Amino acid sequence: MTGLQDRLTPEQIEEFGRELDALRQRVVDDLGEADVEYIRTIIKTQRGLEVAGRGLLFAGFLPPAWVAGVAALSLAKILDNMEIGHNVMHGQYDWTRIPELSSQRFEWDNVAPAENWRHSHNYLHHTFTNILDKDRDIGYGILRMDAAQKWHPYYLGNPVYATLLALLFQWGVMLHDLEIERVFKGERTWAENVPVLRKIMRKAARQIGKDYVLFPLLTGPLAPLTLVGNASANLVRNLWAFSIIFCGHFPADVESFTQEETDEESRGQWYLRQILGSANITGGPLFHILSGNLSHQIEHHLFPDIPARRYPQIAAEVREICERYGLPYNTGPLRKQLWSVAKKIVKLALPGTPSGGPEVTVDPDRQLRAA
Amino acid sequence: MTALLQQRLRGLASLAEALLTPHGADRYLELLDPMLVRREIRGRVVAVRHQTPDTVTFTVRPSRAWRGFEAGQYVRLTAEIDGVRRTRCYSPCGPGSGDLEFTVKADPHGLVSRHLHATTRVGTVFGLSAADGEFTLPSPRPERIVLVSGGSGITPVLAMARRLVVEGHRGEVVFLHYANSADDVLYRTELAALAERHRGFRVVHAHTHGRGGDLSGFFSKQHLAHAAPWFRDAETFVCGPKPLMDSVRELFEAEGLGERLHTEEFTAPPLNFDTEAAEGTVRFARSGRECANSGKPLLEQAEDAGLSPEHGCRMGICFSCTQVKTAGRVRNARTGEVSGEEDEEIQLCISVPVGDVEINA
Repeated sequence: MTGLQDRLTPEQIEEFGRELDALRQRVVDDLGEADVEYIRTIIKTQRGLEVAGRGLLFAGFLPPAWVAGVAALSLAKILDNMEIGHNVMHGQYDWTRIPELSSQRFEWDNVAPAENWRHSHNYLHHTFTNILDKDRDIGYGILRMDAAQKWHPYYLGNPVYATLLALLFQWGVMLHDLEIERVFKGERTWAENVPVLRKIMRKAARQIGKDYVLFPLLTGPLAPLTLVGNASANLVRNLWAFSIIFCGHFPADVESFTQEETDEESRGQWYLRQILGSANITGGPLFHILSGNLSHQIEHHLFPDIPARRYPQIAAEVREICERYGLPYNTGPLRKQLWSVAKKIVKLALPGTPSGGPEVTVDPDRQLRAA
Repeated sequence: MTALLQQRLRGLASLAEALLTPHGADRYLELLDPMLVRREIRGRVVAVRHQTPDTVTFTVRPSRAWRGFEAGQYVRLTAEIDGVRRTRCYSPCGPGSGDLEFTVKADPHGLVSRHLHATTRVGTVFGLSAADGEFTLPSPRPERIVLVSGGSGITPVLAMARRLVVEGHRGEVVFLHYANSADDVLYRTELAALAERHRGFRVVHAHTHGRGGDLSGFFSKQHLAHAAPWFRDAETFVCGPKPLMDSVRELFEAEGLGERLHTEEFTAPPLNFDTEAAEGTVRFARSGRECANSGKPLLEQAEDAGLSPEHGCRMGICFSCTQVKTAGRVRNARTGEVSGEEDEEIQLCISVPVGDVEINA
């Protein structure tokens, strides 16, 4: 049998883990003022774009102002969620002891409350990356994203569900925290969801109040235009976040794992799984910033708590390590990765895709390559 | 009329908060000017001087959330050093309202004090806490007061002296100050001016290593008897280095006057902890983080685990880092006392886990 643990010999995996630990330590030792300055510049830019966007919508009767307003607000929301929110809430700046940059205190411009998200994303997804039935990011409880998920006629709607999820992504992330599918399976009780639900309602009410009630009302007769503008900005952010995040784990060749093969993982084996289970997106510096540096998903999954601006700096070294150990380093331009994800969504809507029993590893290609 | 206006303003402020959710107004205001924040206290440095080569004295104008302080209290001052926010306790010694004056001595091993000494300029902005601390003058004021200080420990007692002068205190006040030599005396001219302007106020300079003072050598009963022969009828306030505090305390205990002595400690007593024999697991319940007990104080263990609990003095004085211990036993690193009470409030900075411990942080 070939599996996750057969990729490298025990000696290799240990040395591999040590190399990555050393890389991490070098970055951690070097953290300082430049990192804080960087995130502050991003925050300033985000706040500036937000104020400009909201301001321009007061002149929304002029089409160019409306378009510019929506663009600025979309960018503000993208920066807030991706490069600031996602990364700060990962604890990437906790070492600064700056309250506004504390993972425990930060709240983002998104209907999913930070506290719920920290559990579902930071804990569940980052600990159990791409392990079927444990990592709930595989399909978000709605989609069939892996051949090992048993097919059901429901999944014929896969492309439709994916489109809806992309359009309404922030609501998807919000509901994701409720773990509804586990409630149906009886693994989770409704009572456990009460505090989660309470936080969701409070947060969503605030977000709706701001974007769909207060700001439109403030613009008086322009209220409908402002409302549509704000909804558009939320939509742009949703589509963008969905694209970046789905390209991070679901292009072809990214591997999934079974619970059995990840039992009692060592540090090195955990690193290995993060690399095999993630994919990068190539692009320029601005693209990386707007993706919250999740275009460096591999580096992010190896070191989720070091400031994201460091990922591009260490990417070449991570890639070199992968090459040396004969490991794949999945990367490509956005259109290639998106196309690959789209194909998978459509393909897995249909039955007949090969799926192994629980004892075989999830990606059938892995065995071919190993053989 | 003003009530209505205030109501309107409050309404506007809460509308602004709703519009600026989730970040809140302060996160936008501070980008215009860090002093505009409404919920936090910040202070901008408006004057800097160096009384001696290894100290810095600076005046800070607090932002509007500041509520003043009582003479003798301290505030937690926060500075950012190489991207990391660091907080320490200092006693301001202004007259009690308006601007705050701090004097910081650069400790050769002190990260924050050296940074403040080297970098504080007019315009520097610090984070401040509300004033705190029990080291204050009782009300009504005692008839006779002895103020004893050593080195930069002068600040809280100088604040008391200034306060008494402002209030027109009619009793006797003796200010006994210790410094290495005449060159090291902080606030020399201010002390002389206070003594000159105020009848019944006397300053006694003691130099431990130099001549030219009213007294020489370390604190003794003779010193006290010389400075304030009536010290038995007075209330005594002392702040300074540990040896000075210890000898004053010993004398007052021996004289049976312990109740009349008030102390403020800002020097860290040595903490006793053993990182070799540590065992068990430390669990921080709220954040869900867990680590093997390293034998260090819980504050450090929390920080090593990537948490950043609120804290101040890191020596068990200011209680900023107090948290509820939900399970397990901890040893107080200052007293050695072990406590295993349930749901007990402990100071993280001086509590060392004994075996498994769970903290609600």
